[in-house]
Amino acid sequence: MSTEYSDAIVVPSKQAHTGKGLGTGNPADAFVIEPPRQRTKKTPRRTRTNFEMLAWLFMRLSGVVLVVLILGHLLIMLVFDGGVSKIGFAFVAGRWASPFWQGWDLLMLWLAMLHGANGMRQVINDYAEKDSTRLWLKGLMGTATVFTVLLGTLVIFTFDPNI
Amino acid sequence: MPAGTLYRGREGMWSWVAHRVTGVLIFFFLFAHVLDTALVRVSPESYDTVIQTYKTPLVNLMEYGLVAAILFHALNGLRVVAVDFWSKGPKYQKQMLWTVVGVWVVLMAGSFYGILQHTLIAWFGK
Repeated sequence: MSTEYSDAIVVPSKQAHTGKGLGTGNPADAFVIEPPRQRTKKTPRRTRTNFEMLAWLFMRLSGVVLVVLILGHLLIMLVFDGGVSKIGFAFVAGRWASPFWQGWDLLMLWLAMLHGANGMRQVINDYAEKDSTRLWLKGLMGTATVFTVLLGTLVIFTFDPNI
Repeated sequence: MPAGTLYRGREGMWSWVAHRVTGVLIFFFLFAHVLDTALVRVSPESYDTVIQTYKTPLVNLMEYGLVAAILFHALNGLRVVAVDFWSKGPKYQKQMLWTVVGVWVVLMAGSFYGILQHTLIAWFGK
């Protein structure tokens, strides 16, 4: 690919931020990547929180904790003591008799669901281009996440071995 | 695919793609897994019945696949943390990826019997 700068078109800085490419008529315009913090009419004048930075930090911190929690969970459930064959109601009852494993599972549930939900939020934001599609997908995913976290929490706290 | 989704196509991009794909797969499994565990609040019989499907050879093999996805996501996630927080992380990202792949291969080989023992014993005996 040759690079020619001689007839480069100088675009006013305003035009590069309209979301319509450079408007030069060149098909390559479609590939102009908009600045990630492009401001639209709907953008508030001032963002109140550092939500995206906190989400980024949460992914790293929860990720490191989840490596320990989930790899431990997999070893106990799928490898030790006969692998998957031992799992049954009696095995669950034995484990949840201990507050330590109840706490382990509760923390794993919350961190994994929130880590996964934030990851899905990124994926939806990246691939769903229509505003309404993004809104619906994130709404659906968020609803399913809240439901699943609450259900799992309820199950851990109300577990009855003599059911 | 939206324009600008494919980026250069080297180790950095493909590890990012694999991280996304494994992440989404794990998240969907998580929903199913919380639901099947919730059956302990219904009755011991309904829980044990559903857990039986986890012990069939096909699903046992899928568990090995799930572990493959989780292990990659975990190891590559630690690499991402190193890239973000370690001053030399970006410089060594490629070497770290091949380390991730190497450790992944070793752990997958090491856990083969452990995870599939239920099926292997059922098929070939002790």
